[in-house]
Amino acid sequence: MIDFTIPEKIENQVKMTEMVAKQVMRPKSRYLDEHEHERPDDFINMMWPVVREQNKATLDRAIARANGEGGTKVKTGPSTTILRLIMLVEMMSWGDTGQYLCIPGGGLGGFAVEAAGTPEQKEKFMRRFAEGDAPSFGAMAITEPDAGSDNSSMRTTSVLDEETNEWILNGEKIFITNGSLSLKESDGFCVVWATVDPNAGRKGIKSFVVEADTPGVDVSPGMDKLGIRTSDTVVLSFSDARIPYENMLGYSKVEKKKADKGFKGAMATFDASRPAVAASAVGIARAALEMTKELLAEEGIEVDYTKPKHQLTAVERDIMEMEAQYKMAWLLTLRAVEPMMYGKGNRLEASQNKAYAGTAVTKITQKAVELLGPLGYTRDILIEKFMRDAKINDIYEGTRQINLLIVARSILGYSRRELK
Amino acid sequence: MLNFQLDEEQQMLTDAIKRLASERMRKVFRDAEEEEKIPQAVIDAGWEMGLLPTAVPEEFGGFGEYSVVTQALAVEELAFGDLAITANILYPNNVAIPVMVAGTDAQKEAHLPLFMEPKQPNVTAALTEPHIQYDPRGLKTTAVLDGDHYVINGSKSVVPLAETAETILVYANEEGKTQAFFVPAGTEGLTVGDKDKLMGLRALPTNQIKLENVRIPAENKLGGDAGIDFNLILNHSRIALGAAAVGVARAGYEYAVEYAKQRIQFDEPIAHRQSIAFMLAEMSMDVDGARMLVWEAAWKMDNGEDVTQDVAIMKHFIDDMVMRVSDQALQVLGGYGYIREYPVELWFRNARGFATFDGLLMI
Repeated sequence: MIDFTIPEKIENQVKMTEMVAKQVMRPKSRYLDEHEHERPDDFINMMWPVVREQNKATLDRAIARANGEGGTKVKTGPSTTILRLIMLVEMMSWGDTGQYLCIPGGGLGGFAVEAAGTPEQKEKFMRRFAEGDAPSFGAMAITEPDAGSDNSSMRTTSVLDEETNEWILNGEKIFITNGSLSLKESDGFCVVWATVDPNAGRKGIKSFVVEADTPGVDVSPGMDKLGIRTSDTVVLSFSDARIPYENMLGYSKVEKKKADKGFKGAMATFDASRPAVAASAVGIARAALEMTKELLAEEGIEVDYTKPKHQLTAVERDIMEMEAQYKMAWLLTLRAVEPMMYGKGNRLEASQNKAYAGTAVTKITQKAVELLGPLGYTRDILIEKFMRDAKINDIYEGTRQINLLIVARSILGYSRRELK
Repeated sequence: MLNFQLDEEQQMLTDAIKRLASERMRKVFRDAEEEEKIPQAVIDAGWEMGLLPTAVPEEFGGFGEYSVVTQALAVEELAFGDLAITANILYPNNVAIPVMVAGTDAQKEAHLPLFMEPKQPNVTAALTEPHIQYDPRGLKTTAVLDGDHYVINGSKSVVPLAETAETILVYANEEGKTQAFFVPAGTEGLTVGDKDKLMGLRALPTNQIKLENVRIPAENKLGGDAGIDFNLILNHSRIALGAAAVGVARAGYEYAVEYAKQRIQFDEPIAHRQSIAFMLAEMSMDVDGARMLVWEAAWKMDNGEDVTQDVAIMKHFIDDMVMRVSDQALQVLGGYGYIREYPVELWFRNARGFATFDGLLMI
């Protein structure tokens, strides 16, 4: 039954988030953009109790289920977790994307643990996001200087020291979002992808949970970026960093089972994170579109939606095009999460969504700067910041090109060999 | 709750139309285009699916529940088969739907039973006008009240099956507003002109009509004295056209995907090349996203929302989308795309028409 209804509970959470976006995020947007490596403490401290309580409820439920408790109250029907996530991400990104990315909690590292971790690992690593007065952060490290989109050629190694039963990590990871917040500024962790057998290609790649303050892990100062400047982006260097054997994701002490999800586990996290990135892109697009329309309306320029196309002004046509692309991006986001809600795969939809939304927001924000003329180009208003922030969505969680490749393989039924 | 799965009835309906499209429409559509004539058996088969009766409520002799979403699903599948045949199967809708959503009770009782017959009724509608500045909300054809009659003057084009129509629902400008009037065939001053010579849709007979001091009783105005909310009618038409455009775009896209996998150059399928594969990927995003625009507008309409702005944005996007995708599909086929032995050039021609097809389809 085709239905676009968003549950009221989620709508209400979106409204609360809108208040945070307007009252906490927006007032600090410009200041934080111009003071690149300062933390958005107002936002982090405001969000931590919210995130913590939500995580606690989720975790307790999961554990109760694992222990066979509350068995009579089996939840039926679709899962709204992912829907809530994209709705809130969209609204926070409308507020300020750089600040949103500093949201406390497990982040991509949490996604990875949820996707590839055993029940014991989930309890061990996720509990910190559900308790404590100080915020805790998770991060994920895949990208390397010579392994970007081609992340199967990563060089970071993980070698087992059989005497101590520890993994020894060596290598370098770059562009790590929340790397410093997770490993230096809180009691968080970073999920690091490394190869246990450099000759085995993808098959040799496993993921390892590296705890904050692990000796041998160096966290660089923040990298200087075009946009999302408030977001914490660092280089992580591993020199003989030792971590316990059981920190390999998917390893189970009880079942003596080795990690088997490996590279595929990493890729599975993208099925959820790509729509989230798309939702973030949509949030920026909406922010830019709304501001552009408001400023144009002050000049008496408003779109007449009843005029035929050949009678529209160039500005009206541009706005219509921006609105259409914005809507397309958002509807493709809903289309990408809907299968997840009903327990179905969404690899194709997630990549279509991410590829479309990343490019749409890039174009929409560039057009917004153009339409607002000299004012749009100044740092007096946030439009130029939206344009700089927007571009990252065409790049992270798989560039547009990588996502097009995934889409193309899927629609053609091709393997990696057939379509390189 | 958010859900994009078809329900059981929608699934059965679209499956049946898929069969009609592949087993009947696709078998005849090229010859129909070349000969400018659609085999009556195919039109009958389409009409007999009963799309309209299942959309008309019981109180007016139908046996269904009206859903714009369901109609949009049906139209995409039909148009995937062939656009001209779709328009020929559905052209009575251009009267039935406006009557259903905007007619007075008397008009509903008078007209709707006609559409429940097993035989396709000969009624059509005339909205489009043959000039560059055509604007459905600012028509040049005028209707002026003169006592208890309206006097209509103007010209119309792309009127489907006008030659055989017994009644034409003519849209005209009454004091700045677009209203609709039932004009019976044979009314003095009404002349059916030459058959349109269009770039595409050649299998569908459409004509120009002229109205010179055509006098009709005032009660022939759709919606009675109050008239109609024309935006509502136009939204119904544009959602139908949006769904049809998605069907046409999808026809080209799917054909291009299959062709690219089979066409061998430099010892391997051209789909192995990113320049082709990425084009196909972008087409898929255009088609799948555009369908969501249609569904959302249709769903909102079913929920009684005013979708004028949604529909304007949808139309803005989809008119370009169907052209872009059809163009890319043709490009994937290279020289074969330009040859009439292959279907893509036909879809390419039909695609451009969506910018001007207002009122040609109605759901």
